[in-house]
Formats: sequence, structure tokens, C-alpha cells
Amino acid sequence: METKTTLLDSRVPSGPLEDKWENHKFSMKLVNPNNKRKFDVIVVGTGLAGASAAASLGELGYNVKAFTFHDSPRRAHSIAAQGGINAAKNYKNDGDSVYRLFYDTIKGGDYRSREANVHRLAEVSTNIIDQATAQGVPFAREYGGLLDNRSFGGAQVSRTFYARGQTGQQLLLGAYSAMMRQVSAGSVELHTRSELLDVVTKDGKACGIVTRDLLSGEVSAHSAHAVVLATGGYGNVYFLSTNAMMSNVTAAWRAHRRGAFFANPCYTQIHPTCIPASDDFQSKLTLMSESLRNDGRIWVPDAFDDSRPAHEIPENERDYYLETKYPAFGNLVPRDVASRNAKNVVDQGHGIGPLKNGVFLDFAAAVERDGHDAISAKYGNLFSMYESITGENPYEVPMRIYPAIHYTMGGVWVDYNLMTTIPGLYAIGEANFSDHGANRLGASALMQGLADGYFVLPYTIGDGLADQLGEPAVSADDPVFTDAINAVEDETSKWLSINGTRSVDYFHRELGRLVWDHIGMSRNKEGLEKAISEISALKEEFYSDVRILGSADTLNLSLEKAGRVSDFFELAELMAQDALKREESCGGHFREEHQTPEGEAQRDDEEFAHVAAWEWNGRDALQTRHVEELDFENVTPTQRSYK
Amino acid sequence: MSEVITVNLKIWRQESPSKEGYFEEHAQKVTTEASFLEMIDLLNEDLNNKGLEPVAIESDCREGICGTCGVMINGQAHGPRKATTTCQLHMREFSDGDKIVIEPFRAGSFPVIRDLVVDRSPFDRIIESGGYISVNTGSASDANLTPVPKEAADQAFDAAACIGCGACVAACPNSAAQLFTSAKIAHMGSLPQGQPERWKRTESMVGTMEEFFGSCTNHGECHEACPKEISLDFIAFMNRDYMKAKVKNRALSGQR
Repeated sequence: METKTTLLDSRVPSGPLEDKWENHKFSMKLVNPNNKRKFDVIVVGTGLAGASAAASLGELGYNVKAFTFHDSPRRAHSIAAQGGINAAKNYKNDGDSVYRLFYDTIKGGDYRSREANVHRLAEVSTNIIDQATAQGVPFAREYGGLLDNRSFGGAQVSRTFYARGQTGQQLLLGAYSAMMRQVSAGSVELHTRSELLDVVTKDGKACGIVTRDLLSGEVSAHSAHAVVLATGGYGNVYFLSTNAMMSNVTAAWRAHRRGAFFANPCYTQIHPTCIPASDDFQSKLTLMSESLRNDGRIWVPDAFDDSRPAHEIPENERDYYLETKYPAFGNLVPRDVASRNAKNVVDQGHGIGPLKNGVFLDFAAAVERDGHDAISAKYGNLFSMYESITGENPYEVPMRIYPAIHYTMGGVWVDYNLMTTIPGLYAIGEANFSDHGANRLGASALMQGLADGYFVLPYTIGDGLADQLGEPAVSADDPVFTDAINAVEDETSKWLSINGTRSVDYFHRELGRLVWDHIGMSRNKEGLEKAISEISALKEEFYSDVRILGSADTLNLSLEKAGRVSDFFELAELMAQDALKREESCGGHFREEHQTPEGEAQRDDEEFAHVAAWEWNGRDALQTRHVEELDFENVTPTQRSYK
Repeated sequence: MSEVITVNLKIWRQESPSKEGYFEEHAQKVTTEASFLEMIDLLNEDLNNKGLEPVAIESDCREGICGTCGVMINGQAHGPRKATTTCQLHMREFSDGDKIVIEPFRAGSFPVIRDLVVDRSPFDRIIESGGYISVNTGSASDANLTPVPKEAADQAFDAAACIGCGACVAACPNSAAQLFTSAKIAHMGSLPQGQPERWKRTESMVGTMEEFFGSCTNHGECHEACPKEISLDFIAFMNRDYMKAKVKNRALSGQR
């Protein structure tokens, strides 16, 4: 691996921070309303980012083709987001502002995100709430009929809008219905159960995609003037995560292999409040919304290896470690801080539950203070979800929680226009790397997905398309497409011909263990080097020993998954390289060699105040590390303190 | 506490929509901590190891919110536990030696694709025909400009909680989709934002629903099977609105 310090052009506009987006909107080229129908745009993925982009582009008059590998766009994993969505409305009159949301996001991201992108995100946040409300999203309301807010980790104002514990579901259904309205109007052509297996370029420019129909196995080409990836994050590289079973990195990774740089893969977020694993064949972990930390108190027994039930442990033998250590933020410290502290107390031997792998999240004080009904109104569905999974009633015994992989801040590198290093290819939502730095604040994922899809991409994509007026899209019969189709078909038959001895899931689980152990909540040089060699060995075994039965021309779930797991292997290797090369701790990336005397993340702003974007050099070559320097003109990076 | 049990599975296998299906029997050992789908994961791992094709079954979030999973378990959509999706069902609901019959959702408009996977795309057709509020991106006014009584917002939410899994259709003796359709109609019809298109939406969505699905005869099985406990009252809401819509429809006013 060589480090090449080419400056990536982020195309951040000049001028004062608060005028950049306004000025940029004016300076971008426009496509006249009557000409928009002459442009084909492909949107891959129909979660918050994809559905909102497809709907907005369709409304503008573009010919949109939307692709999802689910049976319906409404299944996308955005639907599982529980807690809420941030917006700088300042409805609570508690001193919130666009600048404060911008500041909190930059600070929460541990000074590893682009100021201009984050400020734009904060600016458009308020429009998202207006748009969603107009679509009929049933946000929580107060008795006066106006919208309610709550506070969330990493913030000292109440700026989070929510719809019980199902905010993601309601926002997605809003974006989905907006998109279905365009399907009905004929401006969006919807392709379900179609999985992207290649991004196609001609003369260095994106011209379409190759997809496989998951029911018939048919591989086909789709061409367009621009391609948008809205395909989510890569948390499932850990096997056990809070991501949905099918969430994967394939679309982003195949784009990466075609020339899109992949940025900051080692920035992964561990969510502090998930239900601990209960056995070896656990298939996924379930998140309990972070909003629970508003009313729940986190503690562990003072004693080591204490097996008494929670109610038998007296107050003076409990350690409310977050409240003691961080009096200002208490249980509401950012996710990375909460997670690392949980890991510390469990590693020290204070873990609770049958496997000693959790900490308590206790609602006894809240129930006593506010009453059963008030707590039930806020968290009822979360409590019943917890009960159905664990068989324990959180009104009576404290929840058991432990951190799990939840979100990935890294992703496809994009410039200010959300365009990747392949001209004509865009990445939005969790699939890109841009706004959360090294750690994402709670309730900001929904905000970013919808900001990109509703209010950023629909403007910036026109700037790229305007120059192509009069040029037809590359024909789907062009050799670049037939070559790509053949390659995908070859790969599919390759999987079926290996006929080894172990299932795809076996390899995925083993890979996940390696990634969690060495590239998880804390990392060190030795572990990362070990990970690199072990992942590589396991990958070879996967290619020679995986057993995939059945055929390619029917629904074949193992076959689908094989390609996704193969991409996870390559990604995992890059994550380890990236983590190894980043000799500092920041946000979700914690290198044990780099910590303050109190055990907090120790950044190195001299050497690492930059984005690392990796360039693919072929299967057998190491990737090249490119650097985009981050300029902090408005916020001065400091050691984060939540005390 | 967790214990290891053996359950006797009788599972529907069907290679493709056009092939005949049949039941296959397997005994599966599993701990009671496991979820129902993890039990199927174990079965599939064993089948794969023996060189037999795994059972095709869909799931995604495994948190009970995406609506992807859903099978008939001993004749009940999503199985025996109330208000629980298939993915949230755990093996602690079963005992050692239990026989468990697993079938796909059965409905004429949900054809079997393979084994336990069915095609529920008619739901998207219903939404496409009017399950939205027509508001282009960027044209919304401030969110607090229109106060919504909390009770109305809460009712809208109760209806909007539908996850589109199709259990209501599978449980209905007529394969009717009234609960699904009415949930969307009541969600939007309860809010001020949904009023301008209320009557048109209702007529259009009911029309599309009737192209695909059977008629409602008030059995209430849909509500019993619904993992989100969507209320039957919404069907009454929809019926009332449908009748009003027919009266208010200006295009038909000459015929009154």
C-alpha cells in the first residue's frame, strides 16, 4: 500500500459558511423544465435517501428508474429507525439554531467531517420536517396540536422530532408514498426484486447499471445519464449488527471497483443500547432506541461477577458510571462514549445477565417519577419489543443492554455535489461518507438521508446533467453493457460450481467474528495486522469451500448472499488497512495506542485532520490511499468533553 | 431459563409458482432462546450440509417493523403469539415434541414464488392508486402552521403503524385486504393534510383493492392476526368514507 497525497477536489464553494449553499444553488447550471424529461436517471435503493430522491426527481420531470432488491420499496432498512429526526426548528425556544446543529454535528463527529456539508445539512433540516408533515407523517404532538420534541444523545437542546418509537417507519412511508405517486404519474419506473451487480462506465463516466432479477435470475442492463446509489451502509460486515439481514455493501463496493473511491471505511458506529446476544446462533442484534437514555439510568453492580437480580442490589452497591463520570451529559453522552464505557465496565467484570455481557438500563426511577402511563406513552412499543425478545418485562426488571454495530459513517467518497469520483455517479444517504465524520449523532441518519434525497441531490444533479443536453444515454446494447452482463453471469455460475462443504452463512459468521474482535469497538496495531492475514485466509477458504445449491434461474437466497459476502470480505480487508493507517483515535475509531490519560479518544489533528479515500487497484493489489484535507474555518477542533 | 427442545416441522415446499407444492417433514433441535427464524436458519444450515436445498423464506429487519417476513404457523398468520410478527416469535412459545406446520400466506392474489415466499405486490398497486398526499418537495408550509389535535394525530399514527406484511389477507377467509387499505385511508383521512384528496383517494384505493382482493364479510380475523393490532374501526372509517365519496364525487353528481 502506498500513500498518495493527491488532493481530492471536494468542490466546496468559497465564501462565508452560511452563504455557501445559497451561492452554490445560484451558480449551478439548470436544466429547463421541458428538457428534464430528456434525461434518464437511475436511483438504486428505495430507503429514505433513494425514495425521497426518486420522488423529488420525478416531480421535477426527470425520467427516473428506481431499483430495489426488496419485494416492495417500503421494506428498506430505514424503516427500522426508531428514535427520531433532528431539525433546527427551535420550536422549544431552548436556544437551538442552524449554527448550533451544525456545531453539535461537527463536534459529535469528532472534527472529521466537512464543515460546508454539515452546515448545509443543518440548513435544510427544517425543510424536511415541513415536507414530512405535509405528506401526513404523524409526528408526535402536544395537546395544543403542535409538534413535540425530545432531546437526544450528544445535544443539550430538544430538537428531535419523533413518531413514537417508529420514526423511521413513518418517514419512509412518507417518502415511499411520494415515490409511488410518481410511479402512478409515470415519471418513476419501479423495478422490485432487482439487485445491482455492476455499475457500468463508458469513457470514464457512469452510464448505467447491471442488475439481476432475483426471481428469474435474468441479468439485464439499464442505461441512464446519471446513476444514484442510495444503498445504505455496510454494518453487516460484522455479521451481528442491528442492520437488516439483507443490508449489504454490494452496490457501493461494485462502484468502488469501477473507480469510485471509498472513504473512511474504519469509521463504524457502535450503538450503546442493543439487546445483548443470547446464544451462538444469534442471527442479528436488536437495537433499543437511544431515546431510552432520556429516562433510563445506566448502571452495573459495584461487585465483580454479581449474579443477584437487579432489585436485590441496593443503591449504594450500584455504579451509575456515566452519571458519575460525565455529570453534564450523564446518560446522554454521545454514542461512542457510552459504548466504550459499557465495554470497559463489562471487560472489568461488572457485566450482568446470563452471559455477563450487558449493563442495566433502569426505568424504575422514571416510572416512579412520571408514572407507568407516561413511560408507556413514550416507549410502549420499545418495551413490548424488548419483552417479546427477552421474555422480561422492563417495567419490572431493568433492561439489559450492550453496544452493537449500528451505522457506518464511512462510505463512497463524494464531493459537495454528492458526486463520486466517477463523473455521473452519485451516492446519497448512509452509502456516502460525507456528513457524520467519525461518529454520527443520534437522530441524524434520517436527517441526512432525507436532506440528500429531497433537498440536495435534486439541485446538484442538474449541474452535472445540463452539459449533456441533446446527448442520448449510452445504448443498453453497447459492448460496455454486454461485457458487464457476461461478467455477472460468469460470476453467478462460478458460485454454483464451487460445490464445497460449508454454507455462505458459516463464512459470513466467521468473518463477522474476526471483524468484531479486531476492527470493532477498540483496535490496535497487532490485532489489525492479525485481522488482515486471517481475513485473507478465510476469504480463500470461502472461494474454494462454499456450498451453494440450486440453480441461477429461480429465487436462490444462498446464491444472492454469496456475492454480498464476497464483497464484505474485500471491504473488511480495506477496513483493517484504513484503521491501521489512521494512527489516532477519533469518534468510533478507537486505537488503543492513542488515548488520553482518562481513556478518552486522542485525536491527532496535525497528521490526521483528513479524509482517507481509497482507490481500487484490482483484486490482487493493495489499494491507494488518497487524502482530502479538512479545513476548519469556523469551528476550532478541541478535545471533546462531555463532563 | 433456556432449554433444548425438539420440534417436528411440516414445511411447505414448492419449487416455482407453476409447480405442485408438497409438505416435507423435519425434526429440529433448538434452544428456547432462539427466535423462530433462527430455528429455520438452523434447519437450513443442516439441509445445506446434507446437500439438500434450503427452504426459501423471507425476512429482513427481524425487528417486526419491515413487514418482509410472514408465514402461516399451525394455521395462524405469524403464529400463536398475539401482536407478534414471525421474526419476533421465539421458540419459548413451543414445547418439546410440538408439531409445527409451516405454510406460506395463502391468498389468490399472493401467488407462491417459492416454498414460503409469496408475491405481495398488489399492496403496492393499492398505495400507488392514491395512498399519498400530493405535495411536491419544497412546497410545504411550516410544520407548525396547521395544528393537529393530538387525538387526531394519535389516531392517524395508530392506522399508520401498518407494516404491510399481508397477514390480514392471509387470515381472512375471503382473502380481503380491507384492513390494509383502510389503515392507509384512515391514516391520511384523520389528518388535516389529507383532507383535499380524501374522497378521491378513498374511491380510487377501494377500486384497486377490489381488483385484486376478496370482499369483507366482517369476520375480524384480520385484526386478530395483525401484528400491529390495527383496529377494525378503520374498516368502518373506510366504508363510511367510501359511501360519502360516492355522494361527493362531482363527476357522478348528475346521476344522483
